[in-house]
Amino acid sequence: MSTRPTSRFLPPVCCLLLSLIAAPALADGEVNIYSARKEDLIKPLLDDFSKQTGIAVNLVTGKEEALLQRLQSEGANTPADILLTADAGRLAAAQKAGVLQAVKSDTLAAHIPASYRDPEGYWYGLSVRARPVIYARDRVKLGDLSTYEALADPKWKGKVCVRSSDSVYNQSLVAGMIAHHGEAKTEAWAKGLVANFARPPTGGDRDQIKAVAAGECDVTLANTYYLGSMVDSRDEAEKQAAAKVAVFWPDAKTTGVHVNVSGAGITAHARNRDNAVKLLEFLAGDSAQRWYAETNSEYPVNPAIPPSATLKSWGEFKADTLNVAKLGELNATAVQVMDRAGWK
Amino acid sequence: MLLALPVLTVFVTALQPTGAVWRHLAATVLADYVWNSVLLMLGVGAGTLLIGVPAAWLTSVHEFPGRRWLEWALLLPMAIPAYIIAYTYTGLLDFAGPVQATLREWFHWTRQDYWFPEIRSLPGAVVMLALVLYPYVYLLARAAFLDQSLAVLEVSRTLGAGPWRRFGAVALPMARPALIAGVSLVQMEALADYGTVQYFGIGTFTTGIFRVWYGMNDSTAAAQLAVLLLLFVFALLAFEQLSRRRARFHHAGNRQYRPARLAFAGHWGWLATGVCLIPLLFGFLIPAAQLTVWAWRTAPRVVDGRFLALLANSLWLALGAALLALALALLLGYGQRLRPRPLVRLAVRSAGLGYAAPGTVVAIGVMLPFAAIDRGLDGWAREWLGLSTGLLLSGTLTALLFAYCARFLPVALHGVEAGLTRIRPSMDDAARSLGSTPRGVLWRVHVPMLRGSLLTALLLVFVDVLKELPATLILRPFNFNTLAVRAYELASDERLMDSAPFALAIVLAGIGPVILLSRAIGRTRPGYDAVP
Repeated sequence: MSTRPTSRFLPPVCCLLLSLIAAPALADGEVNIYSARKEDLIKPLLDDFSKQTGIAVNLVTGKEEALLQRLQSEGANTPADILLTADAGRLAAAQKAGVLQAVKSDTLAAHIPASYRDPEGYWYGLSVRARPVIYARDRVKLGDLSTYEALADPKWKGKVCVRSSDSVYNQSLVAGMIAHHGEAKTEAWAKGLVANFARPPTGGDRDQIKAVAAGECDVTLANTYYLGSMVDSRDEAEKQAAAKVAVFWPDAKTTGVHVNVSGAGITAHARNRDNAVKLLEFLAGDSAQRWYAETNSEYPVNPAIPPSATLKSWGEFKADTLNVAKLGELNATAVQVMDRAGWK
Repeated sequence: MLLALPVLTVFVTALQPTGAVWRHLAATVLADYVWNSVLLMLGVGAGTLLIGVPAAWLTSVHEFPGRRWLEWALLLPMAIPAYIIAYTYTGLLDFAGPVQATLREWFHWTRQDYWFPEIRSLPGAVVMLALVLYPYVYLLARAAFLDQSLAVLEVSRTLGAGPWRRFGAVALPMARPALIAGVSLVQMEALADYGTVQYFGIGTFTTGIFRVWYGMNDSTAAAQLAVLLLLFVFALLAFEQLSRRRARFHHAGNRQYRPARLAFAGHWGWLATGVCLIPLLFGFLIPAAQLTVWAWRTAPRVVDGRFLALLANSLWLALGAALLALALALLLGYGQRLRPRPLVRLAVRSAGLGYAAPGTVVAIGVMLPFAAIDRGLDGWAREWLGLSTGLLLSGTLTALLFAYCARFLPVALHGVEAGLTRIRPSMDDAARSLGSTPRGVLWRVHVPMLRGSLLTALLLVFVDVLKELPATLILRPFNFNTLAVRAYELASDERLMDSAPFALAIVLAGIGPVILLSRAIGRTRPGYDAVP
């Protein structure tokens, strides 16, 4: 069996090699993305970019951690030039894992405020996602609402709907509270909030809003773009539900509304680094920023871009100025706090 | 053994020490995870038996109105991914949904005035999973009932056993390997489920794994949780083996004679129709109708030129993976029959573990070693040939097909094994003594006799891959999507209505093969051709 091992393995190896020599030749004028943003929420922008620049964009979507794992395991061979995520914490984790490289760009620095990007340029926020209080118009007096902390007050007993603590949105909200108030105080707050639940946490953000509209509870926490898509929905029932609730911006006098960003970083072994920078600059540019607001009701990171009509209708708010990277650092602590508080 | 690679990778990862996270888990949520997982597993197992076995018995032995089309229609729920049926029923039945809203309107109730079962709960999840998973039990049970020598049933009839006793004392015990195979498949699938339990907010092993991994960024502790889950599966498989060991289930006697189906008299026939209609109604008709209504509204907007490519990708992948898994299963199953040594048995068993691991865990288990192989090859090529090979395996369809095989091989294996145990070893001996080689026995004796079981296995893997999500999501190459990926992306963005056309396409793509194969399985019954 082992008399002439080479003759047995040579043909397949040669085939493999031949097929590979052909592949990298196409590598000019393209940029490859691993994206945790869903295809629908990024592809139209990428198509615009390709049209404007002639640079082809290749896309794989997936979950943040899985994409990060893929980047790590592929190492220097990775075909990906950009890692795009829907959460700053994951970008910070990617930076920590050493799969990103720092990029200096005057355009990016000019368009993106400092709290929405990494100080050294390892990653940049591209759209802002705010998580305010959503309340029932007919049952809640505006004067009763003030801060996130106040939702733990016993007067809300049986009136709060929240989704599961599996949701990264809740994890990062709690991480933000830990950053401001410390772990012990946040845990006490979480216990109070859990005691006020109208029902065990289930469903997504949209389901919480619908539950408030249907009268199952009076207040909830939800990202604004879910409400935005319900307002613009083609489903009459969703539209009606959206009309029954309103947005309250909590912590206006204190730390500000909890915000997170979706953003991107360039990989440490990017082969199309220049194209990748070009793409990031495009995504931070005027037309892309407007698209985020108009198509998905996210807030532009670029303060010069006016918000869309839907966003305007919810009024202005003071955003938390805590650097979003901090949310990633405290995420694990947040999960443990929620576990201890019995937040399912 | 190669196919156990993903699971072994998980075990190796789990060997690193962690302290704080485990103490935290043990103090807070671990008991919940274990308890909920066990209840889910038992509940879904019992539910699928309760639905699957009577339906299989009625359609394979009796004659009643609608039997012909119910036979294959009962398989339809398996084409619906579990998380899709969960989303659909939640949309219908939760507090804000149309059913409860209508009730409130009719009776002028408010929230405190009435009780309604909460769909997003553990019992809710059990029902959802049982509704889409019972076809596994039904299929394997039916194949077993059809393979059973009807002469045995005839004899028991002439000996004065009534229909209940014939079922309970004769047919059911004879079908036990198939039933246990079916239920253990179902239970593994229930343990691996992530979409449904996550949406319903139930803490199980799978949600725990992702919570620890994503939320606490601790992949080691996540791997250890996964190992704990796999220990459950070990126990399950051991139990299955144990229950098989006590008896042999080969057929004796003449299989050529086939008496007519037993017809029910009058309203009993319609009762049988009703019994078979219920799972079909709740497992398929209602959710499919809801999906169709949604798809009707959203299809013009969300379905575009890429749709056909998605469909083609899904079908090719599913077919390729199904054939591959079947070939491997036949190889392993027959290998085990030829050489029933502990080592061979262990290899076969360990190849079977992937099924109960959540898809993502298997996918990571494929990704890490493949990337390591790529790095090794790349390093070798740089040194000796002066060029970089880059990634040969990771991020290609090869990796994806491998992951499917690692995950779904047990499905094929269970079918093949259940079929093989019903063939008497004396058949092999007879063929061998007539000069046939072991391979000849497989091709000329086993494969023709096993056609029903093989087709069943093929169908199960095909539909499973069609629905498969996590591995596809992680391992697929650039610019490559499937129907399941598309449906998931929209659904997870809480755009359920928009995802309906793709979910419906998965269901429709699964229906064709279901019907074809169901007919083929029916035809494998001895003596089928003799009866018009």
